[in-house]
Amino acid sequence: MTDFALKIVTPDGLAFDGMAQEVIVRSTTGDIGILAGHINCVAPLGMGRATVVIDGQKRYAACIGGMISVVDGKVTLVPTTFEWADQIDAGRADASYRKAKAVLDSRDASDTDIRLAQARLRRALVRKSVAGTK
Amino acid sequence: MAGVSTKEIKNRIRSMESTKQITKAMEMVAASKLRHAQARVTNSRPYFEILRSTISDIVDSNSDFSSPYLAERPIRKSVYIVIAGDRGLAGGYNSNILKLVQSELESKDATVLPIGRKAVDFFRSRKLPLLTESYTEAATMSIGDCFSVAKQLAKAYCRGEFDEIVIGYTNFVSVLSQTPATLRLLPLLQSDQAEQKGHSDIVYEPGCEEVFEAIVPEYLGGVLYGALCESRAAEQAARRTAMDSATQNAEEMIADLSLKFNQARQAAITQEITEIVAGS
Repeated sequence: MTDFALKIVTPDGLAFDGMAQEVIVRSTTGDIGILAGHINCVAPLGMGRATVVIDGQKRYAACIGGMISVVDGKVTLVPTTFEWADQIDAGRADASYRKAKAVLDSRDASDTDIRLAQARLRRALVRKSVAGTK
Repeated sequence: MAGVSTKEIKNRIRSMESTKQITKAMEMVAASKLRHAQARVTNSRPYFEILRSTISDIVDSNSDFSSPYLAERPIRKSVYIVIAGDRGLAGGYNSNILKLVQSELESKDATVLPIGRKAVDFFRSRKLPLLTESYTEAATMSIGDCFSVAKQLAKAYCRGEFDEIVIGYTNFVSVLSQTPATLRLLPLLQSDQAEQKGHSDIVYEPGCEEVFEAIVPEYLGGVLYGALCESRAAEQAARRTAMDSATQNAEEMIADLSLKFNQARQAAITQEITEIVAGS
């Protein structure tokens, strides 16, 4: 398979910079797969598992928010958070999941609390599922 | 050495010593904070730069102007995000950025979103309309706060409450040099090179308007966070330099005063001897 240049940058630093063969990310409207020679394209990202194929090896990551852009054959992934499967703190994700669940189950939570808890729950679920597929 | 008693000089030396200890301690605290801030800047800089260049690439090669973020409209109301420090004693750090923004604001009808106690106090005392006063601590502002601010601003921009969003922050060039700067975030306009590059077709998934609607708040949040990191590092660097020179000044003054003290002491002894000799 043909290689293409891929850059993954997050506010915490450069997560990946090099050649890759395939990227699959969850956009706001569903999964998008990108191979070398893709047409110029921009899409906002949702929350989900990202798959990056490097040297024929599949690597998984939890990828939340941000965007992906392909301009002149260069692929740039700019997520808000991006964690490779082996870097995910499964214990923390589980704790966050339970905390969010407790807020959602309680009857007297305010609207903003519920919205925050829902977002946290979704992030925790993504991390938990990605951590399970190392 | 008439006039100044040795006791007075001694007291001044003592107070100078304690001042020196304080400035020395502050310098060391700033130096250690600077190391952390510097690491964060080097980590976040690629994100900041790639985010900006990606957005400007997209805007330059774009030919679909249905998104409100891309349309240029007459500027009636601007909003300025201003990042300054929480505390003084940082040399010219606070006054440089505040002065720069103040001079730009004079000709504009602008609302300010101050970040950091010094910025809040400055614009409040000048009776400028403030968007919110809840971000009085630049040091504890998290990336989550940045994104929530960005979301609110983007929404207000789409509703037409503002026609321009500008951010004022301090660039961390090096430990010895920090430059205040302002950067226009919205509207996203094509740069001068756009014509030369030509319009390549970009596929927007699901559509141009939706893409920009989702991306622009992220972009604002990312740039805001980057600017915050730069400003924090610049503040610590400015404080370290200021405290370093304060310590040096104190040392010089102490040396000067010790000399005077010794002279006064010598004069007193000489006088005493003369009196004894004269009396015998």
